[in-house]
Amino acid sequence: MAVKTIAGVEVKVTDDGYLEDMTQWNKEIANEIAKELNIELTDKHFEVLNYLREKTIAKEALTIRSVGKSGIVDIKQLYELFPKGPLKFSSKIAGIPKPTSCI
Amino acid sequence: MIKMETKEKKPLEKVCIICAKGNLEDVYASLVMANGAVMEGIETNLFFTFFGLEGITKKSMNHLHTATTGNPAMKMPGGLPFPTMLGGLPGVESAVSSMMRKQMDELGMPPVDEFLEMITAGGGTIYACRLAVDMFKLTKADLSEEVKDIITIGEFYELCDGDRTQIIFT
Repeated sequence: MAVKTIAGVEVKVTDDGYLEDMTQWNKEIANEIAKELNIELTDKHFEVLNYLREKTIAKEALTIRSVGKSGIVDIKQLYELFPKGPLKFSSKIAGIPKPTSCI
Repeated sequence: MIKMETKEKKPLEKVCIICAKGNLEDVYASLVMANGAVMEGIETNLFFTFFGLEGITKKSMNHLHTATTGNPAMKMPGGLPFPTMLGGLPGVESAVSSMMRKQMDELGMPPVDEFLEMITAGGGTIYACRLAVDMFKLTKADLSEEVKDIITIGEFYELCDGDRTQIIFT
């Protein structure tokens, strides 16, 4: 665990750079984490991020399959939004814990 | 002389996974590994050969069986050993397999056709083995739409180039 300043806010992050406390998250933080991953966030990205955050609060397990069935994006679009890390990168940007799912 | 220890990480860049068996668990092992690799941003080739072709043949892919005989790990619901004699009775393998598929579905595991789509949606590529396809007298039309091509083993090895590539045989 470490403390990192992202978008001017001191946040607690894991060794992998995931936020420890998802309530510390805001849009500016999302933008900055995304920039580190070479992703420019659009409204569509935020729709996915908000979905991930809602499901995390509801304690539902996240898989790319469930995101693909969310009605927001299909799996192909999810990969286009978050190349090479559809669940890992989106979770990191959404300020939620590192995904534990295998699918 | 001081031996320098290098700590540089060399992440995997490509995996080539071979699925040669057609049991439910063998096909899923390949699918989970392939999909997992795609999700990690690793270039992924998935090659189906021999009985593994069951996993990409339209007619059979969503009805794969697990072996109820000759499978010492098979248990009765509740954990008691599964008698091999029972596993040989007509209909038992079919019933056990459909029960297992149902349990997998409850855990959020997709059926085979959808799993193949997930892999290609992320940029993974699926191939069938030329020799095995000929042997089982199949054609491209018998195979899932997600199969890109029927290739020879030589062509498969050509796909496995690169010094951060691993070949995985399940």
